[in-house]
Amino acid sequence: MTALVAGLGRLTLDSLRSLGRSAFFFFDLLRFAPTALRRFGLVLAQVHAIGNRSLLIIAASGMAVGFVLALQMYYALVTYGASESLGLIVNLALVRELGPVITALLFAGRAGTSLTAEIGLMKAGEQLAAMELMAIDPRARVLAPRFIAGVVSMPILALVFSAVGILGAYVVAVLLIGVDAGNFWSIMQSRVDVWRDLGNGIVKSAVFGIICTFVALYQGYEARATPEGVSQATTRTVVVSSLAVLGMDFILTALMFSTP
Amino acid sequence: MSTRTIETLVGGFVLLGLAALLFLALKAANLGNFGGGDSYLLQARFDNIGGLKVRAPVRSAGVTVGRVTAITLDPASYQGVVSMDIQSGMQFPKDSSAKILTSGLLGDQYIGLEAGVDDKTLAAGATITQTQSALVLENLIGQFLFSKAAEAGAEGGAPK
Repeated sequence: MTALVAGLGRLTLDSLRSLGRSAFFFFDLLRFAPTALRRFGLVLAQVHAIGNRSLLIIAASGMAVGFVLALQMYYALVTYGASESLGLIVNLALVRELGPVITALLFAGRAGTSLTAEIGLMKAGEQLAAMELMAIDPRARVLAPRFIAGVVSMPILALVFSAVGILGAYVVAVLLIGVDAGNFWSIMQSRVDVWRDLGNGIVKSAVFGIICTFVALYQGYEARATPEGVSQATTRTVVVSSLAVLGMDFILTALMFSTP
Repeated sequence: MSTRTIETLVGGFVLLGLAALLFLALKAANLGNFGGGDSYLLQARFDNIGGLKVRAPVRSAGVTVGRVTAITLDPASYQGVVSMDIQSGMQFPKDSSAKILTSGLLGDQYIGLEAGVDDKTLAAGATITQTQSALVLENLIGQFLFSKAAEAGAEGGAPK
């Protein structure tokens, strides 16, 4: 009985401790961000590794989502004779929800895992400890540039995702099915608001960028310095950042789009 | 990879993002056809605004010339006061009239401005007085039933 209570206590204390550690870690990232920006080359190299290299998978997924969305929506809408609204529905779905969310999920899988594995192996190989010995703070030299790069890359990737998705929907709807091109664009233009829809979508993807990069870096930094530890940390990165993104998306949607 | 190559690639990445943003804002949202430009305020009073919503388009001869910015109820006359932003290049004669119309059978409601013949134009902040309210389906059906009943009554009064 006492062991059970003690176990519960240990669990609570452990989770509180890791919450505190992650909060401190987050503020460290923010604190060292200006230092990292002064060494801009480091940030650039990371934007290249995180952003440029993710472009292909993001664009391909966006195209596929646009195709499928347009095709399925067409079957539903043609019953009501509203197939011209197809562009509008695809646009709103992509810009408000799917663009930021799917980009974040792909980002967690494509860039988040590589960040975690990289940091975890640096830690396992005691490279981070070596840096500290040379009086270089690894948080400023290694972590902060990656954090900035992730937060910058995510909105760009989400924008590319949405734009490519809408072009994909255009290909299916207008070129293959034969929806009128003028209606496709004009209904979209009359109902999609730049600030409300596009702007909130960008805010969303920036928030997701912070979440995904932070989770990836934290898991790598806290990974046990063994091969199993790194592999577990990589798995946790995907699981935690995906769940956090999905949960945060619901909260943000409720805040941004609750009024019609 | 040299720094120069990385800089170029990252520059290309950011430019691609900007291009996507421009495409979304100008081609796939309403920044291009309305917004940014100067506009002036017009008001119109309606007995019934039906399902008109804020941000609904204001059209003249089918061309969008502005947007509804606010809808309020005048507590004195119990009329709906609709404020709209009209593109400043578009001047309408003083005796123009406003109607609440529906695009298609199930479409959204919008305001149709019909230009009058007066030489003077509506100034900023002016109120359009000649208005036609939205068609309310229930009222329409009510009128139809009423006239049917009247017909039946007239027929019943003169039996064969």
